[in-house]
Formats: sequence, C-alpha cells, structure tokens
Amino acid sequence: MRIIDPSATSAAPIEEPGLLRVLACGAVDDGKSTLLGRLMADAGLVPEDQMAAVACASGEDGFDYALLLDGLAAEREQGITIDVAYRYFATARRSFIVVDAPGHEQFTRNMATGASVCDVAVLLVDARKGLLPQTRRHAAIASLMGIRDVILAVNKMDLVSHEESVFGAIVAAFRTHADSLGLDVRPVPVSAALGENIVHPAAAMPWHAGPPLLGLLETLTLAPPRIGSLRFPVQRVSRPDADFRGYQGTVAGGRVRRDDPVVALPGGQPSRVTQIVTFDGEVEEAGPGEAVTLVLDREIEAGRGTVFASPDNAPACVDHVVARLVWLSETPLATGRELLMRHGTDLVPCRITALRNRLDIVRMAEDPATTLGANDIGTVTIETARPVVVERYGDNRALGSFLLIDRLTNQTLAAGMVVEAVNAAANLYWQRFDTDTADRPTAGRQTPAILWLTGPSGAGKSTVANALERQLTAAGCHAYVLDGDNVRHGLNRDLGFSPPERAENVRRLAEVAHILADAGLIAIVAAIAPYAQDRANARAIAKDVPFYEIFVDTPLDVCASRDPKGLYRRARQGLVSDFTGVGAPYERPQAPDLRLDGTAETPQQEAGRIVDLLTARGHVPAT
Amino acid sequence: MLSAHQRMLEAEAIHILRETEAVFRRPVLLYSIGKDSSILLHLARKAFHPGPIPFKVVHVDTTWKFREMIAFRDAQARALGLDLVVHTNHEGLAAGISPVSHGAGPYTHAMKTVALRQILDRLGADAAIGGARRDEEKSRAKERIFSVRAPGHRWDPKMQRPEPWGIANTRLLEGETMRVFPLSNWTEHDVWAYVRAEAIPVVPLYFARERPVVRRGDSLIMVDDARLPLAPGETPQPMRVRFRTLGCYPLTAAVVSEAATLDAVIDELRGSRRSERAGRLIDGERADSIEAKKAEGYF
Repeated sequence: MRIIDPSATSAAPIEEPGLLRVLACGAVDDGKSTLLGRLMADAGLVPEDQMAAVACASGEDGFDYALLLDGLAAEREQGITIDVAYRYFATARRSFIVVDAPGHEQFTRNMATGASVCDVAVLLVDARKGLLPQTRRHAAIASLMGIRDVILAVNKMDLVSHEESVFGAIVAAFRTHADSLGLDVRPVPVSAALGENIVHPAAAMPWHAGPPLLGLLETLTLAPPRIGSLRFPVQRVSRPDADFRGYQGTVAGGRVRRDDPVVALPGGQPSRVTQIVTFDGEVEEAGPGEAVTLVLDREIEAGRGTVFASPDNAPACVDHVVARLVWLSETPLATGRELLMRHGTDLVPCRITALRNRLDIVRMAEDPATTLGANDIGTVTIETARPVVVERYGDNRALGSFLLIDRLTNQTLAAGMVVEAVNAAANLYWQRFDTDTADRPTAGRQTPAILWLTGPSGAGKSTVANALERQLTAAGCHAYVLDGDNVRHGLNRDLGFSPPERAENVRRLAEVAHILADAGLIAIVAAIAPYAQDRANARAIAKDVPFYEIFVDTPLDVCASRDPKGLYRRARQGLVSDFTGVGAPYERPQAPDLRLDGTAETPQQEAGRIVDLLTARGHVPAT
Repeated sequence: MLSAHQRMLEAEAIHILRETEAVFRRPVLLYSIGKDSSILLHLARKAFHPGPIPFKVVHVDTTWKFREMIAFRDAQARALGLDLVVHTNHEGLAAGISPVSHGAGPYTHAMKTVALRQILDRLGADAAIGGARRDEEKSRAKERIFSVRAPGHRWDPKMQRPEPWGIANTRLLEGETMRVFPLSNWTEHDVWAYVRAEAIPVVPLYFARERPVVRRGDSLIMVDDARLPLAPGETPQPMRVRFRTLGCYPLTAAVVSEAATLDAVIDELRGSRRSERAGRLIDGERADSIEAKKAEGYF
C-alpha cells in the first residue's frame, strides 16, 4: 500500500506551493536534532508549553533544542534517535513533513525508509569534521531511493570561526560525490546552536549570499513528476448489491477517463471504464494519488491484486524480477527460501534465486557476495510463484517497489526496487484460445501425458523411447519423442553441461513436453536429467498434465561398457568434462513412477511395461 | 473545495481504510466521539461508497464522558446507520474505579486501556482503526500507520515494522492484532480545515460557550454533572470556554476562548501557543507517559 508517494501525489495541479517532504539526515553528533528543533522554534512553531517542558529538562548548558524532538523514552535514555520520526509544520508559504532519520551506521534501513517517501534531503555535515564516510552513505541512499535534490547544511560554522574556506572545501568535495550520484546540491553554512542561517540570515557569514535553510526549503521547486500511462492496482471489489460492481483503488500512474479502454493484468482481459464513482458524485477523470471506484462495461476476472492499465502501454507481467534490496532484518538473506512479496495490492509467494552483488555505498561499487545482512544493499533475482505486474522503480514507484516478508515470523526482511522485469513473459499475456486439446486433429486414442525417461548415458533411454513410440503408434496413439541429445543440436545448442545449464536444459525440455501434451500427444522425454531438483522442476512445469518419471536403472559399469557414443572413454581420458557418472553426479530417483531394470529385459519388453502403466492409468485403451 | 494537500490527505486515508478492510478478517473502527473520530467516520463513508461502512464502530464508554458527547454519539449512530458497539468495563465500574476517587493513571488503565482490550478480544477484532495523529505528541511521531500489537495488545517500539513507500506488512501471527491510523499525517490544523471544508458535524463542546467551570491549579474543569466532588467553598463559575480535545470530563481541561464558530476556532489555532494535548490531564504525569500507556495497550 502506498501512503505518501511523492511521485504520485505531487502530481496534483500546482495551485499552492505544495507540501514538501524533507528527509533530515546526518551522522551522530552532527547536531541534527538541534537543527530541527531550532528550525521549528525560530519559525515560531513550537507551542509554549513544549518550550517550557524542554527548558525544564535542559541542563546547565542552556536550552537544549534537541529535546524538542527526541520522542521515545528508550532513546532518550540512550541519548540517540533510534527510529524514523515524522514532524509536521507549516509556515505562511508552505507545509512540510520532516522525516527525521537517525544517523547511526546501522540504521541505513531507517534512512532508506525515510528517503522512500521524501522529495528532498537535508544532509548535515559537521564543519570541523568535513565529509565522513557516513555523509557519502547518506547521499548514496538518498540517490538510490530516488531523491534528486539535496541541501547540504554545513553545521557548527561558529566552531570554525565562520571561515568561508572551510565551507568552500566541504562543498567542493561533496559536489564531486553528488555529481556521480546525479544529485542536485544546494549548500548552506549554518550554526544550529546559535540559530545562524536556520530561519534568519547570519550576520557572521556575510560571504554567503543565499537564503537561510528555511528559505531554501520554502522556495525549492521540484521537477514535475512524470504522469505516465494508467496504472490502477485494485484494492477491493465493492458489491453493495447485485447491480453494482466497482473496483476500488488509488490511481498509481497516469489518468483514467470515462470511456477509456483498460486491460486487467495479469491475464490481459480488455474492458472499458463506464463510471468513475466517488462519494461526492461521479467524475469524468482521476489522476495520480486519487482514490476512486471504477465501474467497467463488462464482467471480467479481477480482484485484489489486479492492475488496470492502458492497453497501448501496459506494464510487464513477469515471474522473474531483478531488484535492488535494502535488507532490513537481522535475519540474513538466504537464497531459495520461500518468502512473500508485498507488491502493489498483491501478496505473492516468491524466492530469491540468486544474489548478484552487494553494493558498497561508500565506493559505489558492486562486489560479489554470498548473503546480505541488516543494512546491506544488494541486487538479486527473484522468482515469483505467479506473474506480477511490475515496472522499473524509476518509471513507476508504485509498481516498482515491494517488501519481502518472512513466511514464518512475518518479519519484514527487505525493501525492494525493481531494476528490471525479466524473461520471455515480459509484456506478454496468456492468450486464451478456443480450440481445446480434445478438438485437435492430433486427438487419437490417447489421453496426453508426459513420460520422462531418466538414467545415465548409455542406460538405454533412447532405445526404450524408440520402441515405446513404435508400440504406441501401432496402437493408434499419437506420441512424440524428445531426445535430450537431439534437442541439444537445436533448441538447446547454447547450453553446456554445468549444473545451471543442465537445469535450463531440463526446463526447456519440460516446457516443450508440456506444449506437446497440450497439443494432445503423449510426450516421451529421454534425457539424463541427473539432478533430482531439476526433475522436480520438470514435474512442476507439467502442471496438470500427468507426469511419469521412469527410471531406466542400468548400473554405471554396464553403461560404460556399452558406451554407444564412446563418451565414457573420452570422459575418462579427460576429453569431456562434467560427464554424468564420471566428472558429475547422477542423483538416483528415490520414488520413480516406474523403475526399469536395464539389464534384465529387452527394450521391447521395457517399452511394454510403460504401455502397461499408461493403460492402467487410462492414457491408452487396453488392447 | 479541497486544496491539493487536503485531497492528498483524504485519498491517503481512504486508501488505508480500504486496505484495512481488504486484508483483515474482522476490523473495527474505534470511535471516541472527538473531531478525529468524526473525520474517520466521514472518510469511511467515502472509502466504501456506494456500500455502507463495513466495520463495527466501537465506543469505549468510561461513563465519565461529557453528556453532550454521548448525545452526539447516539445521534450520529442513528443518522449514519452505524453498527455501534458501546462497551464499559463493568468490573472496573463495580470496583468503584472513577477519575475522582482514583488517580488519572489507575482510572485510565482500568476504564480505557483494559476496557479496550476487553471489547477487542470479545469481538475477535484483528485490527482496530483509530484517529491518532503523529503531530499530537512526541512519542506518536514515531508511530507506524499499521502498528503491530503483541498478544495482550502490548505495543513494543522495537517490533514495529518499517513502512517504506508506505507499503505495509499487514501479516499477523496468532494472537497479534493491528492498530491502524489513517490520520497519521494530519495535523490539528488539517483536521479543522477539513471539518470546515466538508461540513462534518462535531460535538458542540469544541466551540466557546458559557459553561460552569471550576479552577484547579492551572486547569479549568467543567462541572458536567453532580458526580464531581467540589471542595468546600468551591463553586462552579460560568466562563466562556471551549475544548481542544475531548475525553472524560473531570480529566479534560477547558480553555478560555471566544471561538464560537469553525472559522473562529481555526483562527484561534493559527495564533495558538499551546499544544493540543496540554488539556489532557492524563498525559502529563511523566514526559514519556503516552509511550508507557501505549505499551500496555492504550490507544
């Protein structure tokens, strides 16, 4: 869900200076709380009773402006700000939400959380210390989260004799860094303790011509957000009575007008908007950030999680995304674990299939890594259990951002930003066709199935498959053999024999087998498929098509002595690497649907036993 | 006509209300009868239009609310067709716990905190929507919009989930519940400006009128009925006062004011140098008092 999305809500017509969401960040002891306290106090925005309470609590060093802000008893005891806080104030010129993000190194996650909802960042630097690695980190995180405008507040100028050259050197150093991050920098020299250049100009720094901090914030104009094409994630369906069916949600991009055509994703069913309903009456159109109810001209399959989009520029609908993660949890990243992705109004099971790199945000370099811990940032590939409607974070924040959630503890593990929607399914919908399997000319006497013959090279898979195809054809049943070796000559000729390439080889064979079965055939696959996980994936790809794993169990020494292609000999001479049974393992099926003893029977007998299985399961008629 | 800022706040709250209805099994809306609650009801009507408000509306009645509040509540329930549930901690009442016999602390705990836990448990509510705002008080400034409560409704600041981009993780384990605050980003000024823009009915106690009050320390307490014990020689004086927040009358201080209309209230607020909750006698006991009460399940 989207609460304050700058990309969406500031798109409203600019009839007033507009709300500005400001992220305040600085390292520990840079004086951030003092600066914010001073800002609000000097602007006359702190009620007298709060000023009085702080005056009481302040020590002998005078009024402690920081006490106006530090909210939780737990953090007052520790003397630090431990969590993101939201402050609200308005001057005559503008309304502000100041998101106060703590400076500790271990609180990258809070800073990222704060930055995700802000338009501009105020970065605090201690004039005596200059740029710290922490400052670079803050700038990098702001940039990663999509902030473009930064105000660099060089604080404690009074402690460096208000020296222009100190300020100049810090600003110059920061600009180099900021340029590489694509940040637009506005520098201001301040003293929060003395209230110089916070609300009022500083007499002690006549060399600085620009406005004080508050003036900068009041006059900052933001680049107008891209409106883009319609994106409307459905939150809920409103059906108060049998006559009304409305889809309720918030426009997350583009505009919707009455009579506009839309497609419902995933699925891609087209329809047309007939009404845009609000409590205050029907409206002609709605734009980003507006919460409305859409009525369509026909009944379609849509509900929570569906995204309505404009048909001429629909977002990707994919089951793989490359994403940048800010890891939020103390539980480290583990690839392969089942997680939940909270994305738009959707909640989808998913898993991280690969960690591509970890980002060093001081060097802005991507390093190899095996895991991510709390406050790490890295790039991953995520596979979702069903297609999700995503866009790049830079193109649409609503569809480009998500949370990853632990399924057992419900902890929020990571905040994610889509870098890329991957795979062939991009921009494709599942097209529905009217012709059913049963109507096809391939409909013979068989009911489709996938038979997967697995076993080491030389076990006799192809021979058995050949005999099986002949017997089925003779019985008036349509079958087709996908031979692992043959397919490697064409479809899979780009693949080698490493474990990931073998996995891909099996995946493609399984997808083709599924297509053949969908066309009405009995698909016979003869392929080593040495890894149990890959075979399990093949079964998953088969979905509702019956899948039979048939283990052609021929001992390795028998296979090697047969060696029909001379491969065992070559593998042992080191001429073939990753050869199953020599340089690579074969994981024996633990519970095959049928086990054939490759040494006891002829290929014809073995094929006969498979036909018996098919007959028993009703795939071919009894003869 | 709403300003762009008001439209943003309204749309955000509607979005949150719809999310709450969509993801929880049995959400309820907590109705305190105050101005924030009035806005919540209004926004809930907007969010689910053309359907009705799909929640039970719960009022925890300590029996010490201003009489005008109760009359207003019942009139609103009738006018809006609310599915209203009123709950009182009868054990507390039977034990004679009252704001005049017990301190504000034990009284609030028994009649508000415990009472709230009782009714949420009885209704099997897995989410409770409230009108709290981040600008009300310092510890609230860190509150999430979707705030997880451990079994027993305890609030643990350390288990609160980050909400980047405002995306909420609304998953709950057995026994956990959620408190939801759609008005988190509203300020007191936003509330009154919206009440005016949308002509939302509010309790007349918010507007200055002559009312019988007694002065106790810095506070002006309205004598709403005969249950308020008066010290010897203490007699209620008629004064033109109004209330910035509403609660139990012996614990809610009035402010001297001439603001008898919405426009006047908003003008007065612009010039105000006192914070909204300054009139809440229960907040002031310790600086971190709201935080401590929340940890026990107070709203």
